[in-house]
Amino acid sequence: MKSIKTAHLVMILLTFIAVEMALYLTFLYAPTEKIMGDVQRIFYFHVSAAWASFLAFFFVFIASIAFLRTGKAHWDRLAASAAEIGILFISIVLLTGPLWAKPVWGVYWTWDARLTTSLVLWLIYIAYLMVRSYTTDAERGAKFAAVFGIIGFIDVPVVYMSIRWWRTLHPAPVIAGGEGSGLAPEMLHTLLFNLFAFSSLLITLLILSYRISTLEQRVQALKHHS
Amino acid sequence: MNSLRQIYTILYKDVLLELRSKDILTAMLIFSLTVVVIFNFVFEPGSAEMATSAPGILWVAFAFASNLGLSRSFAREQENSNMQGLLICPVDRSAVFTAKVIGNVLFIFLVELVTLPVMVLFFDLSIGAVWLPLLATLLLGTLGFATVGTLFSVISANTRSREVMLPIMLFPVTVPVILAAIKSTAWLLAGRDLGQVWPWLRLLIAFDVLYFVVCFLLYEYVVEE
Repeated sequence: MKSIKTAHLVMILLTFIAVEMALYLTFLYAPTEKIMGDVQRIFYFHVSAAWASFLAFFFVFIASIAFLRTGKAHWDRLAASAAEIGILFISIVLLTGPLWAKPVWGVYWTWDARLTTSLVLWLIYIAYLMVRSYTTDAERGAKFAAVFGIIGFIDVPVVYMSIRWWRTLHPAPVIAGGEGSGLAPEMLHTLLFNLFAFSSLLITLLILSYRISTLEQRVQALKHHS
Repeated sequence: MNSLRQIYTILYKDVLLELRSKDILTAMLIFSLTVVVIFNFVFEPGSAEMATSAPGILWVAFAFASNLGLSRSFAREQENSNMQGLLICPVDRSAVFTAKVIGNVLFIFLVELVTLPVMVLFFDLSIGAVWLPLLATLLLGTLGFATVGTLFSVISANTRSREVMLPIMLFPVTVPVILAAIKSTAWLLAGRDLGQVWPWLRLLIAFDVLYFVVCFLLYEYVVEE
């Protein structure tokens, strides 16, 4: 527990510095995009949040497998924490996306493969949290959640591919955003640093959430004792 | 007893039970017909949109009806602790899972076999030339749905709100199956040739295999007491 506390403090400090620098890079260092203007700056947060959410869901997947194999409760707590943080980041993706899409594409939403997959992903992990909290027997709930967490993660690329094939064979009327191809070096630096800052934020929040759930569990155990 | 026999025995029990009571089959059938009727209000009668939307409507009806049947099929096992009894039997968990999937596919497919002609009648579709690949599509789509559903119905039956959880888990996860099934159905009904439909059918088969393997492996963690 002590070592987690130290790691957490280090991560908080690192994240604080990284986020400040990311803000500087995003708003001052990165050049303004020629066609889209300042609104394009949302891209750095949008992509980074998407990356952080995938990373979080990958943690859910790994922790779920580890939990089913070992039966150790701390894996379950890690999976649950990662799912919560993952939903937070995917929600940021779903909120920043339309803000960027409206001025650029002219619509808040289009049923493109990436957008639809993000939404399905959000639904899957909300269901994941519901499975856990709706199961009356906590131990079984943990197992159900682990099973669902594994299927959900394997499902993500399949969902993406299926929608992609569906749409490419049946083209959508609106443009698919094709950035990344000609990214200016300053933009690339900013993006890469934002990816780092968001990952570090993810780890910090994950440790925080994990520590809280560990404390909750100890309180529960103490209640049962008295 | 070898596993084929075990699967057959469990399947026989489920089929016999359903044939005696007929409650799941009747409910699913009436429900899927109701969905078809409700959807008719969305379109102008006889319009071209009606024919292009028919595959989507068909699969929405099947998906909703399957959901209903799947949640009932496991809930029945919980009454009088049937599931415990089944687990105590010297039978492999994988045999239980396989038998349950086959049973669910069988019931859902039966409902589809009745709904499809009604749909053909109501929406003026022509399936004369493609009935065989169409049935294959129905079967494959149903298999994907029933596989995931069989696993999830155990989970949802153990939650506080029971039936409510099943669609919330089932629909987002089975998006690929639904897409591939709708696409194959649409192209078959539109009279495209089989060479064009085949990639979608192949995809459907790939999804079925993937879901079956994953659910098969995870089933034992879900049913153990």
